[in-house]
Amino acid sequence: MDAFTQLDFFDTEDQYSEEECMVRDAVRSWVGDRFLPVIAEHFENGTFPSDLIPELAELGVFGPTVPAEYGGAGLNNVSYGLICQELERGDSGLRSFVSVQGSLVMFPILAFGSEEQKSEWLPRLACAEVIGCFGLTEPDFGSNPGGMLTTARRDGDDWILNGRKMWITNGTVSQVAIVWARAEEGIRGFVVPTDLPGFSAPEQKHKWSLRASITSELVLEDVRVPDSMRLPDAVGLKAPLKCLSSARFGIAWGGLGAAYACFDEALSYSKQRIVFDKPLAGFQLAQKKLVDMATEITKGQLLALRLGRLKDEGKVTPNQISMAKRNNVHMALEVARTCRDMLGANGISLEYQVGRHMLNLESVITYEGTHDIHTLAVGHGLTDLPAYR
Amino acid sequence: MNIIACIKRVPTTDAEVRFKADASGLETEGLPYMISFYDEIALEQAVLTKEALGGEVTALSLGPASGSKEIRECLAKGADKAVILTDDEWMSSDCRATAKRLAAAIGELDAQLVFMGRVATDRDNAAVGPMCATYLGWACVSGVIEMECGEDKGTAKVETENGIETVEFSLPAVITCNKGLNTPRYAGLKGIMAAKKKPLEEQAPAEADGQAVLSTVSAPPARPEGRIVGTGAEAVPALIDALRNEAQVL
Ligand SMILES: Cc1cc2nc3c(=O)[nH]c(=O)nc-3n(C[C@H](O)[C@H](O)[C@H](O)COP(=O)(O)OP(=O)(O)OC[C@H]3O[C@@H](n4cnc5c(N)ncnc54)[C@H](O)[C@@H]3O)c2cc1C
Repeated sequence: MDAFTQLDFFDTEDQYSEEECMVRDAVRSWVGDRFLPVIAEHFENGTFPSDLIPELAELGVFGPTVPAEYGGAGLNNVSYGLICQELERGDSGLRSFVSVQGSLVMFPILAFGSEEQKSEWLPRLACAEVIGCFGLTEPDFGSNPGGMLTTARRDGDDWILNGRKMWITNGTVSQVAIVWARAEEGIRGFVVPTDLPGFSAPEQKHKWSLRASITSELVLEDVRVPDSMRLPDAVGLKAPLKCLSSARFGIAWGGLGAAYACFDEALSYSKQRIVFDKPLAGFQLAQKKLVDMATEITKGQLLALRLGRLKDEGKVTPNQISMAKRNNVHMALEVARTCRDMLGANGISLEYQVGRHMLNLESVITYEGTHDIHTLAVGHGLTDLPAYR
Repeated sequence: MNIIACIKRVPTTDAEVRFKADASGLETEGLPYMISFYDEIALEQAVLTKEALGGEVTALSLGPASGSKEIRECLAKGADKAVILTDDEWMSSDCRATAKRLAAAIGELDAQLVFMGRVATDRDNAAVGPMCATYLGWACVSGVIEMECGEDKGTAKVETENGIETVEFSLPAVITCNKGLNTPRYAGLKGIMAAKKKPLEEQAPAEADGQAVLSTVSAPPARPEGRIVGTGAEAVPALIDALRNEAQVL
């Protein structure tokens, strides 16, 4: 495989601090040295390279923005974005693993948890001694999680959880699950150890996307949890939506990473591939594709950078995150499809990256709010007229 | 123990090299840099030695003040402090001048053990380490692939054409590190954050004029293009013919 060159048409390098560049480069070299050599085989086998989890923890990618007292690195949000970008340059499954652990498990405990919950779970999640998952989606409620059927019923000092969650990343391999359920008072979140009686998490097989990521069902049958496992500050649907905002922020950057990988591969391939006696990249049709992709990637890059700076200044809005997730993941999927096409038959081989990224991005465009749901969110913001129903 | 890792910032191995218009040297504008490959090994060995024996690791570099990113990376990977001997002419400085200036700084840092790369990946001289040891009057082992070190002496293995030599050395010493000595660690994100708070000092280097000064650079002559004589077994006679009669290597 040729060395990776990241497109940077608008010279954004000097827009990042030395520290941010170091973070990016550290994750980039790890992905290049340790992850890319093994990903195709894991994708083909439908497995996550779990032997690399300790190395990821050592690198510090789990909850990197979490304060040092809870085991995080205390990095800024742009650094977190760059980490997601570099991980997804490897594979969306890798970035998903890290998004879930950081934004969907550590974040809610940090934002809504009690002091005991924070000190019990965060350091162990940061060093990956414990893997976590986030259960919001249900078989009948994805885009509209407010309709969830999973229930939390009060029983003395305990709660009894009942219901089914679907499409839960890392469910089968988790020791702890953040479970969202409907109580009489409204939607509440629980930090549930997965070894409690009544809890099971069978793996969902036969996926052709995000094959190197474990996806599971969560089945809760009369799972009894003490009130100390409820997230005290998570009140209503707003709480899980805040977690999703944090994860989506990372996904907006992740999309860029996948697009960089595909573009880099297609650019060098098309310069080397001879068709009708000259390099493919020397034809106008191919150049138009390359130029369109480079332009869209560059726009996405500027969008992510500005989004990150806004978040670090504490000014970002959920709609800005929606726009960036929507744009960058769609952009990445289009880029992956075009690159796949430019590689001809090789484009469908797992010896190249483009096909794998293309398949993965079909999940990424659906999870964390589908493309259309983000359209409705931004539309709502622009017009003040909700069009969800 | 005070331990030093000497670090050179070099153009990345896949950097596209261009020359200045007047051919006086490399065009450095926009050139991407990295820590020289063998210096990464030197840094790792310095940190491993500190972890085993205690003490402090200083990353020492002769280079431009703007080269702080690579030096901060050393702090993120376990060095405790860093000193940049700022010199904007670092790229054209000869081995003797570089060694003399490093030796002066090493003397001031009161070190007992200095690790360097066997060779820098840009100039390929493999000279600065031994020259530096000569200036200091210290023991020197170059091209080390395995080593053990105590408070006042150590042993090191060096690969030579005749086999592997085991060398005993006394401290203070300069060790130049070869591939295989260790596997350099990644800069962890916590290390990167910690590096922000570690001291990075810039100093003017000691006076030392170069005796060999780079005057011009030019590209190597273009190699003739390769030729495919055919594919599969049928191509073998043509290949043998070309190797015997054109290339005259058979
Ligand atoms: C690989 C993978 C991993 C996942 N991991 C997790 C996880 O860890 N945790 C978790 O909780 N969930 C997870 N999900 C679930 C994911 O978030 C949901 O699939 C997603 O929210 C969409 O829900 P749905 O599949 O029920 O689709 P639906 O909501 O049924 O949507 C189907 C289609 O209808 C469209 N649509 C829906 N509502 C409207 C509307 N009002 N107007 C117009 N169009 C509409 C959608 O855009 C979509 O095109 C994961 C999904 C996948 C594929």
